[in-house]
Amino acid sequence: MTPATSTAAPHGTFEAADPHDAKKKFLHDAAEHVRDEGHRAFVRKALGGYYASRDTQKARYRDWEHARDAASLAKWSAVNRLDELLPKFVANFERNGGRVHWARNAEEARDIVLGLLRAAKAKAVIKSKCMTSEEIHLNAAMEKDGYGVVESDLGEFIQQLRGEPPYHFVFPCMHVRRDEISDLFGKHLGTPPTDSPEELTMIARRHMRRLYVDADVGITGANFLVAETGQISITENEGNARLTAALPRVHIAISGIEKVVEHLDDLAVLLPMLATAGAGQPMTCYNTLYAGPRQPGECDGPAEMHLVLLDNSRTALLADPEQRDALHCIRCGACLNVCPIFKNVGGFTYGTTYQGPIGSVITPHLRGLADWNHLSGASSLCGACTDACPVRIDIHHHLLHNRRNAAKSAPSRLERLGHKVFVMVASRPWLFALGGAVFRKTLWLVKKLRPPLLRDWLATRDLPPAPAASFRSQWRRRS
Amino acid sequence: MTTAQPGSARDTILARVREALRVPAPLPHMKSHAAEEAAPAGPASLTILPVEFARPWLPDGGDTPEACLAILTENLGKLKAVVHRAADPTAAAAFVADLARDRGWQRVAWHGHALVEPVATALPCAAERIDAGAFDKNALETCDAGITACEALVAQTGSILVSSATCGGRALSILPHVHIVVATLEQIVGTLGEALEDVRARHAGRIPSMVSFITGPSRTGDIERILVLGAHGPKELFVVLVG
Repeated sequence: MTPATSTAAPHGTFEAADPHDAKKKFLHDAAEHVRDEGHRAFVRKALGGYYASRDTQKARYRDWEHARDAASLAKWSAVNRLDELLPKFVANFERNGGRVHWARNAEEARDIVLGLLRAAKAKAVIKSKCMTSEEIHLNAAMEKDGYGVVESDLGEFIQQLRGEPPYHFVFPCMHVRRDEISDLFGKHLGTPPTDSPEELTMIARRHMRRLYVDADVGITGANFLVAETGQISITENEGNARLTAALPRVHIAISGIEKVVEHLDDLAVLLPMLATAGAGQPMTCYNTLYAGPRQPGECDGPAEMHLVLLDNSRTALLADPEQRDALHCIRCGACLNVCPIFKNVGGFTYGTTYQGPIGSVITPHLRGLADWNHLSGASSLCGACTDACPVRIDIHHHLLHNRRNAAKSAPSRLERLGHKVFVMVASRPWLFALGGAVFRKTLWLVKKLRPPLLRDWLATRDLPPAPAASFRSQWRRRS
Repeated sequence: MTTAQPGSARDTILARVREALRVPAPLPHMKSHAAEEAAPAGPASLTILPVEFARPWLPDGGDTPEACLAILTENLGKLKAVVHRAADPTAAAAFVADLARDRGWQRVAWHGHALVEPVATALPCAAERIDAGAFDKNALETCDAGITACEALVAQTGSILVSSATCGGRALSILPHVHIVVATLEQIVGTLGEALEDVRARHAGRIPSMVSFITGPSRTGDIERILVLGAHGPKELFVVLVG
């Protein structure tokens, strides 16, 4: 999504030009962000209110921890029976009058949507928040083909005007200050400056209303696909998805294949937990189930409804039973909100569609472990993400699994040599003692010379003073 | 497995899914044993639905009609929706008519429903009836308020369940600046599960093309995470409870 009006990014770029440079970009942008105290304080403050409301809402559950079991079970039983439930969903969705289009990868998905826009002779397209469309870079493809598209979610609209992708996949513009938004609206919409979030929201509201009525195609995402009824479920707060699926003549939804749940009742567990975990709400404002286009006897709604089902390497993740539960993700964003790494390096540093801990788990599967394994290291392994996950994805262990897999598939010679030397030394007590003695005597030299191998590590850390004697000799003296 | 196979994208993806699932995944780490007992031999053996497990763990929706009403009223209040109790349809109509006068509404949209009709016909301003058949969405966009019935009111979350089949279609409850819901006390249910169950039973043959849980007036926190009501949908939500 890069409209003509792109503005300079505050920190580096959003995606490395060459995917092989993803690691270099990450390290560079992380270093810059960590130094930006103002940015970090702003993000911390924005999340402060979330922690409070999340805890209030969690307290309303009679047992949140057990409820997580049920939510996890609902997704586990669906993901592990995708072979049965996906065709069942599709059959029911089509019986309701909708049409399903299958896309193996991003390119096929883009071609399907562009084909549908051509067939609909679309002039104006309105879009509500849809992360799968970010994943397949749909807006850029639509603009290249001459289709104007407006993001209607307030945060996405602001990001579209700024020429930036979402900073956080639930709160797209949480890094942007109100004065920047006021300037942005002044520049693009000609509105007078204001420092009131209320007034800024009303500017977007007024700007968007006619666009819903005039659009001939509406594009949305989907949060859940209900197999037994053939409905798709969309969760949102603003009402923009409701309007997008109500007024245009054609409704196109884009969803990953992993969004299937078996029962309609599963949503009675998943919808409130999604809202509480992700945004500290009892329920998101609008949770809407769509079963195809307008039916006979109904007074409005689109004449056509299309659903694009996207694989894009999800089946590769499905084929890994150890990490298959990463497909349970309901994209609530709770793991980002609690992650010390996310809070300090910021959303753009990841250079991925899905940021934060869950993004660091799934991106190497979706886009290749060789180029994206550095994200496995973007974790302190504190486990806050795993604790926060409403569907109990074992996020921080999966980051470890990815590290292990990367070491297996492309072992670092230097690391291997290091481990060999360590094993040799540690398994010979006399050599270990000798090594310790030498190290105690030469530590000052290491500090002074800063050898290249340790330079990065020493740049942000101080070595402790060398002890006078080894632990073993101190122990002997004690007894 | 990722090499190109003959056949459609559908066949390729489903073949990949089948292939991927040949190795089973373990049960997720859980706190309870009940869940492990639910599916002793893998996901296909799941007999007890997650919602049945979760019922005693989710937020309380109340056991008696009185308790449900109290929880519903409290939740709607926290969501910044306005609840008004009306003794009968006449009192409900009087409340909405006063509202229309106070706000100086010019046009209000409504749909043909036994609960909505007496309210709409008592309005002191123009009233646009929206029913089966085409209506002008441009006209609806200029309406000050929309009045609808609902399928159910959910105490547990303070949600209002509307559907395209019984609540005036898709746009009436989302496009006008104010949404007024007229409902009876009998329509209150305890939990989201019961509401979904009801809607399925009521539309056994054909589920409406849209079923929506509305939980408070439209809102956003996209600017500095500060709550603002009325992002794109209604800025205000009134629930008129008759009975």
